[in-house]
Amino acid sequence: MEREIPSNNDSTTLEVNGLHKSYGELDVLKGVSLSAQEGDVVTMIGASGSGKSTFLRCINLLELPTAGEIKLQGEAVEFKSGKDSLIPSNKRQVERFRAQLGMVFQSFNLWQHMTVMQNVIEGPVQVLKKSKAEALEVAEQILNRVGLWEKRNEYPAFMSGGQQQRAAIARALAMEPSVMLFDEPTSALDPELVGEVLKVIQSLAEEGRTMIMVTHEMKFARDVSTQVIYLHEGIIEEQGPPSQVFNNPKSERCKQFVQSVH
Amino acid sequence: MEWFPGEWYWIPEYFPKLLDGLWLTIKLLVLSIVIGMSLAIPIGLVQVTGPRPLAWLAKGFCTVIRGTPLLIQLWLIYYGIGSFFPQWGLNETFLWPYLRAGFPYAVFAFSISVAGYVGEVMRGAFRGVPKGELEAARSIGMSPFQILRRVWLPRALQNVFPTLTGEFILTLKATPLASTITVFEVYGIGSQIRQETYLIYEPLLLIALIYLCLAGPLIMMFNYLENKIPKRVS
Repeated sequence: MEREIPSNNDSTTLEVNGLHKSYGELDVLKGVSLSAQEGDVVTMIGASGSGKSTFLRCINLLELPTAGEIKLQGEAVEFKSGKDSLIPSNKRQVERFRAQLGMVFQSFNLWQHMTVMQNVIEGPVQVLKKSKAEALEVAEQILNRVGLWEKRNEYPAFMSGGQQQRAAIARALAMEPSVMLFDEPTSALDPELVGEVLKVIQSLAEEGRTMIMVTHEMKFARDVSTQVIYLHEGIIEEQGPPSQVFNNPKSERCKQFVQSVH
Repeated sequence: MEWFPGEWYWIPEYFPKLLDGLWLTIKLLVLSIVIGMSLAIPIGLVQVTGPRPLAWLAKGFCTVIRGTPLLIQLWLIYYGIGSFFPQWGLNETFLWPYLRAGFPYAVFAFSISVAGYVGEVMRGAFRGVPKGELEAARSIGMSPFQILRRVWLPRALQNVFPTLTGEFILTLKATPLASTITVFEVYGIGSQIRQETYLIYEPLLLIALIYLCLAGPLIMMFNYLENKIPKRVS
């Protein structure tokens, strides 16, 4: 094996290069790249069907890309070519990568047969092989932080959407991930519950967590992002700091989009 | 006991035999459920995950088992498979006392019956677990086996718990069929009492009562397990 030339920027936490994804004839992603430094908050915006969620789901391999490269802290996912897409050739590596990529879903996806606390300690105990005592200790801090300590013994079905999403964020945080992935975390919530979730995400951004977020909350994206990506039909149309993308976009389409969503 | 209608003088005499029969019924039921369930889980699972040939095999198995009477399965297994062993000369070996006994055949027949019925239930149960919860398990880095053990299976079982309780009760009440292949479980003992005492109703009533006493705690136990995880009634 050839020795890989180390990238000249050591603090690149997540790097995605030329990601393609197609379902049969339909090309959803046509070469999307992204580079996030430690502490970056990258927001992806765009109309429904622009491929932003698919892109996010490719990062932790819930969807398999057709082509491209994914690097986490300099280490690339090992792929071999398959029939319809690339196939990861090292399952252990995939599991290790996923453990470091904390994902928060639009529909929460808490495990319904477990209490909030059980949801939160499940990953640390089963995947990271921590002792239960240690996992409980970490979980206590995290649940306090998202304001759910009182709800720790509650089952998800008995909680509001906002509480469930905060529990889901706690579950992802408990893995101590190097990157957090948010897939439209507030889209399934009633309007009055959006705020409590955004507040938690904002506090994570402020403490310098590396995050990639797909969202329709434009004001929020403008406030917390270090970098905004506007995706249109699987291609990056506009990319830059929020001031540029929202106030002074080069692309006419992006201009129309950010104006229409306001 | 004068005030109670019917002839009950035989109970003390047959009490030890009834206990033996009861024990045999319980053994038959528990073994069939345990073996049947451990077959039903993979039978249900492969129908959801594939590979295709295995899924077809599992589907075919469930269709045959569910589509034919248990009594006929029992007889085919006992007289059918059982009749091969002497032909192979196994009646000359130390294995013969075991191969001749009806009990292992009964356990086998009831187990595959449970496997067939519950396998079909589990197929729906596995499919019914929300995909997002499995994705969440994948997304934190669980291995496929961990996902099955920690999320997929428990969630699937939770969804079909009442159905499973029903299947197990039906299995309990099918166990008297074992008496037709020389397994003297509690119903078989009841028949013996009837033949020897010429009483018609009293033994039947006692046997019915015994089944009720078996089913009752079984139902209560499963209800308790089911309610351990509260469900929201909407």
